[in-house]
Amino acid sequence: MDRFTRFTGLAAPLRRSNVDTDQIIPANFLKRVTKTGFEDALFYGWRQDPDFVLNRPEYQGASVLVAGSDFGTGSSREHAVWALRDFGFRAVLSPRFGDIFRGNSGKQGLLAGQVSEEDAERLWAAIEAQPGVGVTIDLVERVATLGDLSVPFDIDDYTRWRLIEGLDDIGLTLRDEPRITEFESRRESWRPKTLPVK
Amino acid sequence: MGKTLAEKVWDDHLVARGEDGAPDLLYIDLHLLHEVTSPQAFDGLRMAGRPVRRPDLTIATEDHNTPTLAIDRPIADLTSRTQIETLRRNAQEFGVRLHSLGDVEQGIVHVVGPQLGLTMPGITVVCGDSHTSTHGAFGAMAFGIGTSEVEHVLATQTLPLKPFKTMAVTVEGELRPGVTAKDIILAVIAQIGTGGGQGYVLEYRGSAIRSLSMEGRMTICNMSIEAGARAGMVAPDETTYGYLKGRPHAPEGADWDAAVEYWNTLATDDDAVFDAEIFLDANTLEPFVTWGTNPGQGASLSDSVPNPADIADANERAAAERALEYMDIAAGTPLKDIHVDAVFMGSCTNSRIEDLRAFASIIEGQTKAEGVRVMVVPGSARVRLQAEAEGLDKIITAFGAEWRFAGCSMCLGMNPDQLAPGERCASTSNRNFEGRQGKGGRTHLVSPLVAAATAIRGTLSSPWDLAQESASSAPVPSLQGGGR
Repeated sequence: MDRFTRFTGLAAPLRRSNVDTDQIIPANFLKRVTKTGFEDALFYGWRQDPDFVLNRPEYQGASVLVAGSDFGTGSSREHAVWALRDFGFRAVLSPRFGDIFRGNSGKQGLLAGQVSEEDAERLWAAIEAQPGVGVTIDLVERVATLGDLSVPFDIDDYTRWRLIEGLDDIGLTLRDEPRITEFESRRESWRPKTLPVK
Repeated sequence: MGKTLAEKVWDDHLVARGEDGAPDLLYIDLHLLHEVTSPQAFDGLRMAGRPVRRPDLTIATEDHNTPTLAIDRPIADLTSRTQIETLRRNAQEFGVRLHSLGDVEQGIVHVVGPQLGLTMPGITVVCGDSHTSTHGAFGAMAFGIGTSEVEHVLATQTLPLKPFKTMAVTVEGELRPGVTAKDIILAVIAQIGTGGGQGYVLEYRGSAIRSLSMEGRMTICNMSIEAGARAGMVAPDETTYGYLKGRPHAPEGADWDAAVEYWNTLATDDDAVFDAEIFLDANTLEPFVTWGTNPGQGASLSDSVPNPADIADANERAAAERALEYMDIAAGTPLKDIHVDAVFMGSCTNSRIEDLRAFASIIEGQTKAEGVRVMVVPGSARVRLQAEAEGLDKIITAFGAEWRFAGCSMCLGMNPDQLAPGERCASTSNRNFEGRQGKGGRTHLVSPLVAAATAIRGTLSSPWDLAQESASSAPVPSLQGGGR
């Protein structure tokens, strides 16, 4: 995973709350067995509307999405994160995220930063007032800056550290492998086993 | 201070307690796989040269893409077929047990686990599927994960996780006939909203929960994620043990006794403190349906579609306006006046034998409303066989409904079972999101009993409406079952 510290990119305002992962990527696109190439599927239903925010010329090339509350609720599909990433997004800011989506983002290097409702409104207003102006996302300081407007965003310490260091979870866990083996040696015999087939 | 059920199960699976803000490392007892969220995880293992650490704690089924007709023929949709074939190859290469289409144990992953007796109290269960919360009905800690986490569990049989906060959802009283587990959970979600449970594990408690069957408890825990919670749990009791005992993978003999002794210690201690609590009165609950495009947008069937102008919160108001536009219904419309084009009886929420019995009890001897397409999809091949042994299939086909093979089907329309644009469906599934059941399709979430009554009348209805109609002529239909 690439290290993530600070970057500047175009922001797009998604003035909608309760954006579930079925909207981010409809189920029909989940049949693929690859992990990339999902950019065409992002917000597939909404993108049929020429006025949808991501179709507007001023937001082409956006890499920061500022969304309403409860972004990424519903299905666990990590494809939602892959689609956002493949489309070019590196960060999503929202007042509240679906838990599984937020976890998936952290594993894939997509920053999910929590902002207050008021700051989401301020960011929307600022982006719409000056589309094309870059937003700087500073993960070290946990601040998003657009012109004169600076808003703090929240992300848990551990995810922030992993993003900054670009660390792989499985590698980290396997450093604890002896403890896993020790735990398994104590596992009670009544606990489920799928094999042998009964 | 005492501990909650969730805290006890969590603490008993700690491989390592996280320090300095790091997450805990949690051991996973049971890992369920299906074809949609696993291919990229297996790819990751292959690229890193890692094996599946515990194939004996892992099981896979085919459910999301599988057709529910002509299952003996090759799958027509090539991308669906590729995904299924990929799972078959991966299962073989990595030594994972797989129940393929046509196998007697095939079915929706959240129906298969409990049915085999693999789901049991006091264990941790994960799956790359948000409805894994279903298994919490047994007093297990069960939650959905993303594909990166699927790979992590395959490689290490553990997950790094921060503990969830705990919320007590207490439902006291007695459900009236015709009111079911589905109505409880739809009312809970309407009360706390689709984000109200975020960060929490919900523990369902109270006399109304205790008197539910395992099927009813599974329906409730299944939809915890629709309130934003990753997991829902019910403390194990005699109902749990009665359901589990004698199933193929349930403990036996001395193992059973040791397990029950441990399971009896799991209930939340009297002096434990929850981070949040909510209450619901079962006595006054009515059949509950959704009118909008998220599961929190619901109301009693006797109510009308709300007027967005009456909603104080600006975001909620905007969401309601969008929802009514998408659903093509006017504010103030009585919910019972809404006509449907289709009825879907199935999904991991409501496709177990008891759900099918409840549905059949209402439609028996009746004819479906003209022009309404009714599809009944059992949750597993075993459920299908059992229903046929009980003659439910004959009741269903005589009614004019389609009797299909097992799978996720029209809950999310990854197979050919989809709504056409503009079609309106009363569905026993779990999500009424825009386009969920097919592009442009409109979904009203309902219980099996409401699905049955709606299939008879063609408008959103409950058995209460049938009872009124037939009070002077025919016998009152049975109101048993449906997770009660």
